[in-house]
Amino acid sequence: MGFLLVAVGVVLLLSGSWYGLFVSPQERYMGDVQRIMYVHVPTAWNALLLFTFAMGCALMSLWRGGWGWDAHHEALLEGAAVLSALLCVQGAIWARPTWGVWWDWDPRLTTTAVMFLALLGILALRSAVDDPEKRATWSAVATIIAFVDVPIVYFSVRWWNSLHQMQSSPETVSAPFIVPLRLNAFGVLALMGGLALLRARVAARRTARELGPALEPLPAGALVEAR
Amino acid sequence: MNVFFAALHKELLLQWRTRARVLSVVVFGATALLLMSFAIGPDAGSLRQYAGGFLWLALLLSSTLTLEASLEAETEQQALEGLLLLPVAPTILFYSKALANTAQLALLGTVLVPVAIVLYGAGTARPLALFGLIVLGAGGLAAPGTLYATMTARARAKQTLLPLLLFPLVVPVLIAATKASSLLILGDPMRQLSAWLTLLVAFCGIYWTLCGLMFGVIVED
Repeated sequence: MGFLLVAVGVVLLLSGSWYGLFVSPQERYMGDVQRIMYVHVPTAWNALLLFTFAMGCALMSLWRGGWGWDAHHEALLEGAAVLSALLCVQGAIWARPTWGVWWDWDPRLTTTAVMFLALLGILALRSAVDDPEKRATWSAVATIIAFVDVPIVYFSVRWWNSLHQMQSSPETVSAPFIVPLRLNAFGVLALMGGLALLRARVAARRTARELGPALEPLPAGALVEAR
Repeated sequence: MNVFFAALHKELLLQWRTRARVLSVVVFGATALLLMSFAIGPDAGSLRQYAGGFLWLALLLSSTLTLEASLEAETEQQALEGLLLLPVAPTILFYSKALANTAQLALLGTVLVPVAIVLYGAGTARPLALFGLIVLGAGGLAAPGTLYATMTARARAKQTLLPLLLFPLVVPVLIAATKASSLLILGDPMRQLSAWLTLLVAFCGIYWTLCGLMFGVIVED
């Protein structure tokens, strides 16, 4: 399933990027620079979506228990962190020619960077706790608390009237721009979903190894006999 | 309620008995304030303008020392497990500890104000409002800080982990407290103070509720 999703994601991303680069018309004011929107906006949607899924897994991990939830929680956190980092980089690349600066202390940019750092903090916490049960519980709690940041990121443009434009919707975007946006949005979702499933499998195996029975000490003289 | 006051008394007593350490945290905060002025040079106008930010940054940096120290006694010889065996709800243990940490951070912030006045000329005509703001801001730092310190006290690399987890989370508290302090120091002709205080109260409400609910989960695992 994981490999299939990755393959679907790559195909969708290639199609969406080809459509966005060569078929979609040039935007009137920004020119070709606007085409970064076809990866930037899907990255933003999916970063928030993956963090939301991670929050769901964290809640289920606390409520129902089960190592599967914890493994998926870890995988989704890493996916959300990767997308948040990409989001900041893409935003800076787009901001330079349009706003004249790489970075602006706009609330949305700031809260996205904060979300990225919060995700790194939770991943650092996971790596610093050896006991699998404590690791699962503590990181789930940290994810739930950090998730408070997501609505702030989403609504920051509405709360503070800032430099960043309002959220786009199919009603506010011309039809030729919607096709590559949708293709890439589902492409990133499938790709990251597939990678998360594969990563969760690795995390589940590591946890199983940690929880497994400790190796019994070799009987005296066993090494001599083996020689 | 008596149980809560007993738990709070225990926390405050613990802080009183380790007051020598509080003094070193105050010195750390004052040193941070002094060092921050080197970032923008000796221009008195600029120093006064940024005094609110410097004050809250110094308090934030010092808070990690205070929060870490507040959990030290509980992690020694599994004292936390002993506390959990008492007929006391974990929520009560959390709120007593968070309240004691709020008091300690508020005290630290209050002591740092005269230092900021001397170094930056950051006096205010409304000292009581500034004190209220420091208490609110300290509350915003103490609730998530106490929860995270409880986790990191039992993890590896706790000195790095606590700021890594806490700092991104308390950015809204830092922004609101800095803006409100600057308005109190520099004047508030547009009457913006109440908006920032509302934001601070809202964040405090969210963090105190959420962290209170979650504390039981992390100590009873």
